[in-house]
Amino acid sequence: MRKGVVIAGFGGQGVMLVGELLAEAGMEENKYVTFLPSYGPEQRGGTANCHVVISDTTIASPIVSKPDAIIVFNLPSLDKFEPTVKENGVIIINKSLVPREVRRNDVRVLQIDVQSVAEEIGSPKVMNMILLGAYTEIEKPVSLTTLKKAMSVILTGRKASLIELNEKALDRGAEIAKEFMGVI
Amino acid sequence: MGEKILMKGAEAIAEAAIKAGAMAFFGYPITPQNETPEYFSRRMPEVGRIFLQAESEVAAINMIYGAACTGTRVFASSSSPGISLMQEGFSYIANSNVPCVVANVMRGGPGLGDIAPAQGDYFQATKGGGHGDYHTIVIAPHTLQEEVDLVLKAFDLAEKYRIMVVLIVDGLLGQMMEPVEFKETVDVTKFKVPEWATVGQGDREDRIIITSLDLAPEGLEKMNLHLQEKYRKIEEQEVMVEEYRMDDAEYAITAFGTMARISKTTIELARSEGIKVGLIRPITVWPFPSKTIENRANQVKFFFDTELNAGQMIEDVKLALNGARPVYFYGKMGGIVPSAEEVLEEFKKHLGGQHE
Repeated sequence: MRKGVVIAGFGGQGVMLVGELLAEAGMEENKYVTFLPSYGPEQRGGTANCHVVISDTTIASPIVSKPDAIIVFNLPSLDKFEPTVKENGVIIINKSLVPREVRRNDVRVLQIDVQSVAEEIGSPKVMNMILLGAYTEIEKPVSLTTLKKAMSVILTGRKASLIELNEKALDRGAEIAKEFMGVI
Repeated sequence: MGEKILMKGAEAIAEAAIKAGAMAFFGYPITPQNETPEYFSRRMPEVGRIFLQAESEVAAINMIYGAACTGTRVFASSSSPGISLMQEGFSYIANSNVPCVVANVMRGGPGLGDIAPAQGDYFQATKGGGHGDYHTIVIAPHTLQEEVDLVLKAFDLAEKYRIMVVLIVDGLLGQMMEPVEFKETVDVTKFKVPEWATVGQGDREDRIIITSLDLAPEGLEKMNLHLQEKYRKIEEQEVMVEEYRMDDAEYAITAFGTMARISKTTIELARSEGIKVGLIRPITVWPFPSKTIENRANQVKFFFDTELNAGQMIEDVKLALNGARPVYFYGKMGGIVPSAEEVLEEFKKHLGGQHE
């Protein structure tokens, strides 16, 4: 098993946290993992992305040039990474901020109106976790249980109070993905 | 054996230095290694050691020089422009024969450049960026685990030869995260003050003087001969190199650090197409593994060197081969990191229609 994913959006949307959680969970499951963030004069509202690889064997290059999946938080990210996805790969989209359809027809696309779902859960802050839950359910690089365990490693101190809410969002994302896969 | 921890490269290098017994850190912030001093600033007070943010890199390297003269395990880190500022200190430290370890998390240059990953400081690091005839041992890890393991090795080498050891990584290795395991923690209570250290005359008959100065040419020549003798010994005994899939290789890629890592993926891609290519990866870029490269000259058809610069290590590869085989080059500058596929595409241009 080797899964390469690119997670991309605006700074402040929790793009890096999604990547870090995946990497931490992969490590918990004794897999090889790499997490490569874009870095630069980053700021809230600027673009940010990270590359994560989770694998049963050693990882040489941490650069994901042909991702198995991309998780897209905004329109510029779809424009940039849509052409890179592997054939039959997965594109998970934050529909609330991406006003266009995917142009390719050789990939699987799940659009989630994340904002409405987040409002149902009760906080706009968990949009990233809904997308992560959906991705994990479809691609299964790690289990949802390990992902939740990883959350307690990364969300500590003041952030620990957000774990329950985030777990709920992960589950909701996974449910949406299940429905989606049932349709295909 | 410790457990695996997911860490950023720039933090892992700091923790590794602490576990290796670094008693003091001196530095000045610069991207992409800011996490290193930040991490030290939090951890050093916890372990009762020294963290000091100097007023500049020039000050920091001279603090390192001073602390090293007392036989204290000292560590500094910076990134390319900051390392340039430190070069005067590097040269002084070299001729003073004091040990220390410095990390350079390289970014795009020249000048202020940018903060993206680059390997453009190879010449500066391996040929002596300061004045005079000197070398530092230069180590170039390609994974975070290797980086962590080599920090301890760097201190051992520094003290064995009373020399500065420079770890060169680039922004990519500084910023990425990977699980690391800290295999060993040095017991700092067992540290002894070396007999050459300037810690006060005490009961000694003579004062100990550490200097890089001798105004008498004969005296300075002697100092230089001593350095050169030391360098020859290091060249004989301390070369570290990895040969990857070279056993049946018909072509050899040469690369260090991040580009070596990317090249390993290139090699998997190439081999899946039936192209037998391997990698020679210098772990120490000074001393350079010339013999390893020379030994493969008769086996492979050509060498393909790839770096994040305009072609720097390639000069050492060519020197090692002395014209025996062609050496081709592919490099990216300005902080652009090519994918394994791009490297493969460039590599295949030299196959001359074979394997197409």
